[in-house]
Amino acid sequence: MSGQPVLRVRELVKRFGGLLATDSVSLDILPGEVHAIIGPNGAGKTTLIGQLIGELKPDAGSVEFLGRDITALPVHARSHLGLARSFQITSIFLDFTALENVVLAVQAHDGHSFRFWQKAMDDAALLQPARAALEQVGLGHRADIPANALSHGEHRQLELAMALATKPQLLLLDEPMAGMGPEDSARMVEMLRGLKGKVSILLIEHDMEAVFALADRITVLVYGRAIATDTPDAIRRNPQVRQAYLGEEAPVA
Amino acid sequence: MSVPASLRSSVSTAVALLLLAALALVPLAAEVFEDPFLLTLFTRIVILALAAVSLNLILGYGGLVSFGHAAFIGVGGYSIGILAKHGMYAAWIQWPVALLMSALFSLLIGLLSLRTRGIFFIMITLALSQLVYYLANGAYAYGGDDGLTILKRTDFGGLINLSHRPSFYYLCWALLVLSLFLTHRLVNSRFGMVLRGAKSNDRRMAAIGFPVLRYRLTAFVIAGTVCGLAGALLATHTDFISPAMIHWTRSGDMIVMVVLGGMGSLFGPLFGAVSFLALEEILSSYTEYWKLVFGPLLVLVVLFARGGIDGALGRGHGGILLGIIGGFFLLHGVHLVYGDDWAIPGALLLGCVALVGLVHWLRRHAKSGDKP
Repeated sequence: MSGQPVLRVRELVKRFGGLLATDSVSLDILPGEVHAIIGPNGAGKTTLIGQLIGELKPDAGSVEFLGRDITALPVHARSHLGLARSFQITSIFLDFTALENVVLAVQAHDGHSFRFWQKAMDDAALLQPARAALEQVGLGHRADIPANALSHGEHRQLELAMALATKPQLLLLDEPMAGMGPEDSARMVEMLRGLKGKVSILLIEHDMEAVFALADRITVLVYGRAIATDTPDAIRRNPQVRQAYLGEEAPVA
Repeated sequence: MSVPASLRSSVSTAVALLLLAALALVPLAAEVFEDPFLLTLFTRIVILALAAVSLNLILGYGGLVSFGHAAFIGVGGYSIGILAKHGMYAAWIQWPVALLMSALFSLLIGLLSLRTRGIFFIMITLALSQLVYYLANGAYAYGGDDGLTILKRTDFGGLINLSHRPSFYYLCWALLVLSLFLTHRLVNSRFGMVLRGAKSNDRRMAAIGFPVLRYRLTAFVIAGTVCGLAGALLATHTDFISPAMIHWTRSGDMIVMVVLGGMGSLFGPLFGAVSFLALEEILSSYTEYWKLVFGPLLVLVVLFARGGIDGALGRGHGGILLGIIGGFFLLHGVHLVYGDDWAIPGALLLGCVALVGLVHWLRRHAKSGDKP
């Protein structure tokens, strides 16, 4: 069990017309690890996540989750296996309160929702886990605020709370610090560090400080190709990475 | 304005309950004023309000702009008419068949249309309802485009006599109240959460694990079935069925009722249906070109009263809105009494508008004066 990867991606290919957005990417995510994917803009990071979550259909290759081939599975079914994501551009229910947002996420994993009579927001089976998830991300005191009145940083926290409320085995986080100030960013890093070991995380992030602080392993994506996967230190030293991504000539020893 | 949400909805709830109570008194009023037309008019209003409530479930709460809701009015109505033509009047046949057929049709139309979004959804629901329209048009055995007269109303045995017009009115009224109560339960239930969530952000719904389509389809079938019931009542009310009840303009009218009253609010369709049909009745008594007045009025509501009548009731505009409506009906009453003498109603209207404007200005002034 321990050595078995949570997510196993094999030779994934995605084309948009002539553009090769994902160029036979293979990737393993181990239980409990934080695996970061970095790469310049347009490297195909979000396209890769789209295929892992099921919104995009790959042209070739396979995705295996907890030993099961999920390449053809729809988005909602993957969620029920324990795959959760946060969006690069905040995607929440703006008409709902913070609590209602998370309640909906809990509800999605509490049997079917063909229940027409009892008021959902009186249901302790939904409210308790929802409040716990809000507390976990530090939004407990903002539960009854409508989502459209929350700040940008709080939206990002709410995103995370909703993902956590689905009790995932693997969290796909698409730029969780996007658009955050340094203070909010630092708080988010702390929060993600607190999750380390409890849940596997695949992290896409531009904030290099955050990536190197959190990641156990890093995969570098350039023009759709995974050019290296290694520990942060090794990635920092990798001349190929420095040249392709960090835009530096490898220092001549 | 900073009116708390709970108070906002309680204003609209209070007005709605008053309105429902007033509607319950209509048969009495018709008796007192010896005006049977009043009962006819309001029976129609109550039935179409029921249809609007059903449309609001998918349009207002589900965000699905169905432009074919009249199809279900037709299916419900034709079920009654066709059974009656074959001599089957028993309620225990007519009503279950009407409801079942509406459910079946809405399941079919929903299955075909709900895979699309936005403008395509509007177009497909429109096209499919027109299909039902032409089906009715071509049903020569049942009158074709001339329609078909229903010779005898649904027979409920000793339970209730639908030919007794006040009884029939109270049945429609009770069903409207019931539909409002059930909608209230439904939109706050788990199912309602899913329906409203999918309107807000259906990509997110899939990501947290909801297979959205089946919930939308269920809501579509519920709405279609309730609308079919309204169709059955409408056919009974007019003792007549014809393709005109399915025409796409009827679907458009229903959308207008929901938008005018306030999409996605419990009582919006009630407000919308009552004001739409009352306005239609009153304006058309003045001029054949009543839509010339009604159209711009609707544009004004959409531009200045987002959230429709229900939304306006919760904001500061509520007073203005009620003032205008009150002034309007006063004007109409004076017109009825004094005939075509326009001086008096004209002056009254000007007075109302001036008063409302003054109150509004004073309130505004007082508020800005509060702040240093």
